[in-house]
Amino acid sequence: MEKIIAGKPIEVNEEGYLKNFSQWSKETGEEIAKEANINLSPRHWEVITYLQDEYKKEVPLSIRKIGKSGVVDIKEFYALFPNAPLKTATKIAGVPKPASCI
Amino acid sequence: MKRLVILGAGTAGTMMANHLHKDLGKKGWEIDIIDEREEHYYQPGYLFLPFDIYEPEDIIKPIKDFIPKDVRLLTDKIEKIDAEKNLVKMQNGDQLHYDILIIATGAKIAPEEVEGMKGTEWQKSVFDFYTFEGALALRNKLREWKGGRLVVHITEMPIKCPVAPLEFAFLSDSYFKHKHMRDNVEITYVTPLSGAFTKPKATAALDHLLHEKNITIESDFAIAEVDNENKKIIDYGGREIPFDLLVTVPTNKGDELMERSGLGDDLNYIPTNKGSLQSLHYQNIFVLGDASNIPASKAGSVAHFEAEILTDNILRFINGEALKEEFDGHANCFVETGNGKALLIDFNYTHEPVEGEFPFPGVGPLRLLKESRMNHMGKLAFKWIYWNVLLKGTHIPFVSATMQEAGKHFT
Repeated sequence: MEKIIAGKPIEVNEEGYLKNFSQWSKETGEEIAKEANINLSPRHWEVITYLQDEYKKEVPLSIRKIGKSGVVDIKEFYALFPNAPLKTATKIAGVPKPASCI
Repeated sequence: MKRLVILGAGTAGTMMANHLHKDLGKKGWEIDIIDEREEHYYQPGYLFLPFDIYEPEDIIKPIKDFIPKDVRLLTDKIEKIDAEKNLVKMQNGDQLHYDILIIATGAKIAPEEVEGMKGTEWQKSVFDFYTFEGALALRNKLREWKGGRLVVHITEMPIKCPVAPLEFAFLSDSYFKHKHMRDNVEITYVTPLSGAFTKPKATAALDHLLHEKNITIESDFAIAEVDNENKKIIDYGGREIPFDLLVTVPTNKGDELMERSGLGDDLNYIPTNKGSLQSLHYQNIFVLGDASNIPASKAGSVAHFEAEILTDNILRFINGEALKEEFDGHANCFVETGNGKALLIDFNYTHEPVEGEFPFPGVGPLRLLKESRMNHMGKLAFKWIYWNVLLKGTHIPFVSATMQEAGKHFT
C-alpha cells in the first residue's frame, strides 16, 4: 500500500515497513520516528546508518549482533529505541523487518 | 582409496551415512563417521520426559545400532578441522585426511550467554529441557512441585525446534489439569518474538490456543539477566517477570569446534548455500542439519529432507557435475497441544504454514494447522518412525523432500 510520508507517496507493507529502500530519505526516517515518539539525536543516526550499511551488505540483523557491533550496546539500543528496538529502528531506517526468527 | 568423513552421528549424520554407504561403496570410497558419544539421543523425546510420558529408555539407544556395517564409526572428540589441508584432528592426536567432509555437529544450548542463567537457581528453579540431563531434572522437579508461577521462556532465535517451548506450555496445561492442580499454576509464555510463532498465520492459530488454555503471553522480551535472588527475569528495557519455576530455552549455538576451526559465524553456525548445502567457503565441505546457518527451522524433519537432496549433490560432486540448488527449506512439524491432540505444520523458505490436508490434498488424514487426535497419533507414531525408518535413511512414502503446494489453503 501507499502512504504519504513527509509529503511523498511511499510504498509500505501492512506493518509500515518500507518496501523499497530507494524511496527512503532522512525526512522519511524523521517522520516515522515521530510516529514512534522518538526525536532523532546524532546517536540515533549513527545506529540507523549502521543498520542501513549492514542491510546493504546483506548481513542479517539481530539484537545480538548489534550488541557486539561496537556501535551501540544493547542497553543503549533499548534506551534509544524503547520496547522493541530492532523493529522500531529498522522501520525508521527504511530497511525490512529482520527475519531473525525462523 | 578416497574418503568421506561425517562429523556427528546424530539425526543428520546418521541419516547421511545410511544414504551414502551403498553408492559410495560401489565407487570405492571409504566412509568414516565420528562422534564423541556412544549413545544416540532421540531429541524430540526431551519434550515428553518432564511430563512422565516417556521414560529415559525410550530416548537413548547405542549409536552403533544405526550405523551401517561398512561405515567406520569412530568414538573420539574432534579438536580441529583444518579445511585448507583437508584434515580432521582428534583430541588424542590422530588425524584423518578427507576428500569430502560432511559437518553434522548440530546445535546445543549455551545458558552461559545470559547473565545469571546458570546461577545458583540452575536446576533448582531454573531448568532447560533441551538436554537429556535438563529434561530429567525437570521431570523430578515437576513430580513434587506444588504450583505457583510457571514461566516458559525463549532466550533468542534461532533455536532448535522453534515450536517445542509452545508445546511445553500446552503440555504443562494438560499435565497440571490431570494432577488436579491447574488452579494453582499460573502459566506465562515469554518470547523475544512479537507473537507465539515466527510466521503470521500459525501465530494467529497458536495465539488463540494459548488464550484458550489460559496461558498469558509476554512478547518482545529480550532477556538481559536472570535474577536468582528475587526469582525474576529482566529484559533490556527493564521489564521484569517473576517466576517460581522458570523453564527456559537458552541461546542455541553451533559446536565450539567451528570457533576453534574458524569455520563458524558469531553463533558458531557454518555459512552454507541454502539450496545446495555446500559450504560457502570450501567446495568439498557440506553442512547438514542444525550446524548450518541456512534460514530453515532447526528440526529433524529439515535434516531428513536435506539429506535426500544432499545425497544427490554428493554423488554429483564426485562425478564432477554441477550441484542442484534444490533445497527449499521444507519443514514438517507436529505441534503437541495437550489433552491428546496435536496440530501439524508444513512450510518452507517462501510458504508459511497454512490450513489444509496432509499428505493427500483434500483427504488428509492429517489436518494442517488444526488440532486433531489423528495428528497426536502421528506425533506418537513418529518415535517408531524415527528409530526404524528415518535414521535408516528410508524415504517416507508420500512425503517429498520439497514442499507440495497442493492441499494447502493459501490466499
